[in-house]
Amino acid sequence: MTYMKLEGLQKSFGKTRVVEHFDLDIGKGEFISLLGPSGCGKTTILRMVAGFESPTAGHISIEGQDITPLRPSQRNIGLVFQSYALFPNLTVAQNVAFGLKVARQKQSVIDQRVADMLALIGLPKLGDRYPYELSGGQQQRVALARALAVRPRVLLLDEPLSALDAKIRVSLRREIRDIQRELGITTIFVTHDQEEALSISDRVVVMNQGRADQVGEPHVIYNHPTTRFVANFVGTLNTFEAVVKDERKGVVTLGDVDLQLTRGALANSKNDKIGLAIRPEGLMLGRQKAPAVTLQATIEDVQFLGSVIRLRAKVVGQSISLDTFNRNNVAPPAIGSVVDVSLHPKDLILLQDSDFT
Amino acid sequence: MKLSRIASWFTFSLGTLFFFLPLLATFEFSLRARRGVYSFDAYQSVLSDPQFRETFIYSIVMALFTIVIGLAIVTPTAFWVRLKLPKLRPYVEFITLLPLVIPPIVIVFGYIRLYNTSSWLPLTGTVTGTNILLMFGYATLSLPYLYRAVDTGLRTIDIRTLTEAAQSLGAGWTTIILRLILPNVLVALLSGAFLTFAIVIGEYVLAALLDRPAFGPYMVWMGGNKAYEPAALAVIAFAITWACMALIQLLTRFSRHAKAPT
Repeated sequence: MTYMKLEGLQKSFGKTRVVEHFDLDIGKGEFISLLGPSGCGKTTILRMVAGFESPTAGHISIEGQDITPLRPSQRNIGLVFQSYALFPNLTVAQNVAFGLKVARQKQSVIDQRVADMLALIGLPKLGDRYPYELSGGQQQRVALARALAVRPRVLLLDEPLSALDAKIRVSLRREIRDIQRELGITTIFVTHDQEEALSISDRVVVMNQGRADQVGEPHVIYNHPTTRFVANFVGTLNTFEAVVKDERKGVVTLGDVDLQLTRGALANSKNDKIGLAIRPEGLMLGRQKAPAVTLQATIEDVQFLGSVIRLRAKVVGQSISLDTFNRNNVAPPAIGSVVDVSLHPKDLILLQDSDFT
Repeated sequence: MKLSRIASWFTFSLGTLFFFLPLLATFEFSLRARRGVYSFDAYQSVLSDPQFRETFIYSIVMALFTIVIGLAIVTPTAFWVRLKLPKLRPYVEFITLLPLVIPPIVIVFGYIRLYNTSSWLPLTGTVTGTNILLMFGYATLSLPYLYRAVDTGLRTIDIRTLTEAAQSLGAGWTTIILRLILPNVLVALLSGAFLTFAIVIGEYVLAALLDRPAFGPYMVWMGGNKAYEPAALAVIAFAITWACMALIQLLTRFSRHAKAPT
C-alpha cells in the first residue's frame, strides 16, 4: 500500500529543467535510494520532499495528505545532511533535544527520548560533548538521532556517508539500515555510490537527467538494467553491438558467431542492430561446453589483484573487462596473447533504449 | 642570529616605538600636573569633573542604544542576504560602505534639513527626538564596521544548512535566529558592538552639530581649555578601547563552541 506519493514532480531553475515528470510510490517502512550522477536531480527531489524547493509542477503526499504547500517546519520530515549540520553551540544532548524543545514537549519526555536516541546510535555517554569534540562518524550518528528524535513521518538522507572514510562508511550504512528496520521508518536515501544504494535499499531509483530511468529492487537493477545508462552506471558492464539475424527465432550475430537469445526477446526490436551487454562475471576465460559460445579475444591489459585477476581484452572490436580467479599453478595470460572467452547467451542483457538506431 | 631575524626584530621594534612612544609621552605628560613631581592630579581632576561624568554616561547610554539598534538592523539583514539574496551582497556591501565616503557633516546637515521643526517629522524639536536622531546617526557611522563584523561571523558557519536542519526540526525564523544564529556569531556580534562603542565614545561632529552633551565634544572642549587633563582623557580613552579589545579576546577564548566543526 502506498504511504508516500510523488506525482508528476517537475522542477526548473530558470530555463534549466532539473527534474522532469518524476513519479514514485513508496510503501510504509520502505528504504528507497535515489541513485545517479551529479546533476541528475536526485538532491532536488529530496529538497522538494523536505520543502526547501517548491516543485514547478506536481504533488507530494504522505498518507493521502498533500504536503506540497506546507512549509519545511510543518512537514515533520527528518533530514540528515552530508555535512552533519549539527548546531555547534549546542551539546550532543541539546542537539538531539532541539526538535523536541521546539515542539514544546515536557522536559521528562525530552530527557527520556534523548537517552533513548543516544542509546540507539551507540553513544549513550557522549551527551555532554560538543560537536567539534566528535569524529565525523559520531557526528553523523548524532545527526541521525536528532532527525529521529521528533519521530518524523519520513526520513531523508542526503548523501550522509559521503564525507566519511571508506571503513566508517561501510559500518555506518549497516547501522543506518539496522536502525531504519528497527523503527520501521520510511526512508529516502540520496547517493551517487551504487554500492551503497544496492547494499541497503529495498528499491533503487536510478536517475538520469532529471528522470527515473529505472525503479526496482537492487538485484533487478543490477541483473536486468533496461537502459544503456542504467547498465553502465550500475556496476561494470561490457556492451556489444549485434546484428539481428532472425527476429522470430531470436538469433543475432556477434562478430562471426550466432547467438541464440530467448525466443521473443527481439519481438519489440525495430532495428537491424541491437545492444547487448554482459557483466564481467558472465565472461569466462577458456572454451566452455554448449550452450556457451566462445569468442576470440586479444588481451590488452592484466591487473593482478590477489585473489582476482582483472583482464581487459578486445572482442569483436570492442574493449571488454572480465575477472578470473587467481590459481597458484596457472600464470595470468600475457598482454597481446589471443585467448578464448566464453559466455552463456542467457547472461546477455538486451538493452532496450533508443541508442541503437 | 640570522640577518633576516635581526631585520624582523628591528622592524618590530621600530613599529612598537612608533605606536607606543607618543602614547608613553602623552601618559608621562598627563602625570606632570603638579610641578616637579609625577602625580595623578590630572586624572583626579577629570574624574571629579561633573561634566565628564555626565557626558561619559550620556555617551555610554547612547552607545548601548546604538549597538542594540545597529545589531537589530544589521544581523537579520546580513543573515537574509547570505541565505536568500546572495546576489545582492555586493550592493549591500556598497551601501554599508557609504558612511566611510560621505562625511559625517553631510549626514548631520541632511538630518537637520529633513527632520527640523518645520518638517513632516520634527525630531530636532525635542530632546528625545534629537537623541533618537543622534542614535541613528551613530548607527549609520558604525554600519561599515558592524556589517563587516557580523558578515564575517556568518561566513564562519554554514548558515544555509544549519537553517534547513532547524527548519526540518520544526523551528521557525525567530527560534532559528535567536537560538542558533546569534549564539554562533556571538563573538562577531560583540566585536561589532565594541567597535560601535569605541566610535560612539569618540564621535564629535554629529553630537556637536545636534548640540548633545556627548563625550566627544567634551574632549574637544577640554583640549581647548586645559593643559594636562586632555592627555589624561586620551589615556583613559585608550584604556577603554584596550579593555574592549581584551574583552573580545577573552570571549573568543572562552567560547567553547567557537572551534570550527571537523
